[in-house]
Amino acid sequence: MPLSEARGAGARPDALRLDGVGFSYGRHGVLDGVSLRVEPGEFVALAGPNGSGKSTLVRVALGLTPPQGGEVHLFGEPPDRLRDRWRVGYVPQRAVVVDQLPATVEEVVASGCVARRGWARRPGAADRARIDQALEVVALVDQRRTPIVELSGGQQQRVFIARALASEPELLVLDEPIAGVDAESQDRFRDALVTRCRSDGVAVLLVSHELGAVADDLDRLVVLRGGKVVFDAPPADLTAEGVSLGIHRHDLPVWLEGPG
Amino acid sequence: MSLPLPWPFDREYMQLALASGLAVGACAPLIGTFLVQKRLSLMGDGIGHMAFAGVAAGLLTGVSPLWMALVVAVAGAMTIEWLRLRRRASGDLALAVFFYTGIAAGVVLTGLAGSLNTGVLTYLFGSVLTVSPADALSICVLGLAILAVLAVTWRALFAVAIDEEAARVAGLPVDALSLGLAALTAVTVVAAMRVVGVLLVAALMVLPVGSAQRLARSFGATLRWAVAIGLGSVVVGLTLARAAALAPGGTIVLVAAATFTATAAVDLGRRRGRLH
Repeated sequence: MPLSEARGAGARPDALRLDGVGFSYGRHGVLDGVSLRVEPGEFVALAGPNGSGKSTLVRVALGLTPPQGGEVHLFGEPPDRLRDRWRVGYVPQRAVVVDQLPATVEEVVASGCVARRGWARRPGAADRARIDQALEVVALVDQRRTPIVELSGGQQQRVFIARALASEPELLVLDEPIAGVDAESQDRFRDALVTRCRSDGVAVLLVSHELGAVADDLDRLVVLRGGKVVFDAPPADLTAEGVSLGIHRHDLPVWLEGPG
Repeated sequence: MSLPLPWPFDREYMQLALASGLAVGACAPLIGTFLVQKRLSLMGDGIGHMAFAGVAAGLLTGVSPLWMALVVAVAGAMTIEWLRLRRRASGDLALAVFFYTGIAAGVVLTGLAGSLNTGVLTYLFGSVLTVSPADALSICVLGLAILAVLAVTWRALFAVAIDEEAARVAGLPVDALSLGLAALTAVTVVAAMRVVGVLLVAALMVLPVGSAQRLARSFGATLRWAVAIGLGSVVVGLTLARAAALAPGGTIVLVAAATFTATAAVDLGRRRGRLH
C-alpha cells in the first residue's frame, strides 16, 4: 500500500495535479492531454525518452510556462495564484555555477531561504536551523565553508538539493538530478529524498532516466512517450512486464527508447 | 574650505575628488559583482553610452546634465532588462541596440548644441578634479542611496543571480529585482560619469570584481574585496594623478587593471603550486 494511502492523505489537495495538459512549440506538439497527480507524501518518478516532453512538463507544472490546454494546480491553486510559493522546491537539470564564483556551500543553500523569510528580511535563528538541517540531510556539513566550485559534480548537485530543501518545501520537483553523479552521492541523494518523503510527508516528483538508486522506494512511476502518459502505476507493475529499473541492467532506458 | 588632510588631499579640489571617487569606488564594484555573476559585464558600458545622450540633451536644453543623464540612463537600463526578461531580445543584442542608439543620439544632440565643447568631454573622459561641491554632494547622495538599497536587497539579488528560474519557482519577485538592479546600475553609471567618464565607467564595475573573485573564497568576501580594491584604486589613482599630472579617470582605471593583472598572476602561481 502506498504511504500516501496509509496516511489518509485524500483530505488534503494534491501537491501537484495536471489535467489534460497540452503544449506545443509552433506546429510541434510536445504534450498531448497529460494528466498527472502527486499526493502529499508520495514519491513519484517521471521517465521518458529524450524529447518525450519531460522538461516541458516540469516547466508547465512549476508555472514557469503556462499550458496551452488543460489545467495545472499546485496545492489546489493555479501556479500564479499560489501565495506561499516556497512550498515548492525545485532542483533544475543543470544548475548554473559560474566558474569563478567563490560562493560557499552555505551561501548557496541559504539563498533557498530568502523567499520564505521575505526577501527584504535578515536571516534569523529559524533560517539558520533550516540551513543546518538541509546541509545535514545531504551530508555536506563539513563542507559548508567550501567554495562550491571546488566540489565534484555530484557534491554540487547535493548543494542544489539542499538549497531546495532549505525552505522546507512540501513538494520537491527534481529534473534529472543524478545524471553523471558518483555512487556515493547517489546513495546520499536517495537517503535525502526518502527521509523527506517518509518522515516529513513531502511530495516528490523525480524526473530521471536512472531510477536504480530509488527503484525500491517509488510509490509510482509515470512514463511519458511522444507527449503522452503511457504508463502510470507502481513500478512493480513494470517489473511484471519484464522491465527492470536497475541502472546496471539498462532495461528501463532500452524499453523507453524502444518502439512506442 | 578644505579639511586638514595630508598630501595629496590637502587641497579642496582634491578632497571633493576623493569624496566623489570613494562613493563611486564603493558602489561600482558592488553592483558589478551581481552583473558579472549574471554575465552582464558590459551592461555598465551600454548604459554609459545612453547616459551620454542624456548629458547632451541636458547641455542642449540647459537642464542639469547629471540629472538628465540619470533619467535617460534609468529609463534605458530598465527597458533593456525588460526586453531580456520577456525574451524579446538576447541580453547582448538589446544592449547593442541601445548602446549605439545612445551614442548616436548623443552625437546628434551635441551637434545641435553647438559644437563638441568641453562640457561634453568632461563627461566622456571624466574630470574629477573639477567637480563642484554641489556635484560632489549629488554623487555622494546617489552613492549612499545605492548602498542603502543594496543593504536590504543583496541576499535576494544573490539568489536571483545564481539561478533565476529556481528563484522564480520559489516565489521571489525576479522581474522587480532584475529591473531594480538595472536601475541601480544606471544610477551608479551616472554617479561615476564625472569621476572616470562614460567611456571607462564599466571598468570600475568589472575590474575590481575580477580581482576580488581570485582572492575571495565566499560571495560575502568577494563583495568586501571588490569594495576594498575599488576604494584603493581611487586613492592610489588620485595620488598618482596629482604627483605626475596624469588624467585622473584613466589613472584610477589603470590602477584597477594593474591590480587585476597582479591578482591573476598570484592566482595562477597558487594553482600551479597546488598541481606540483
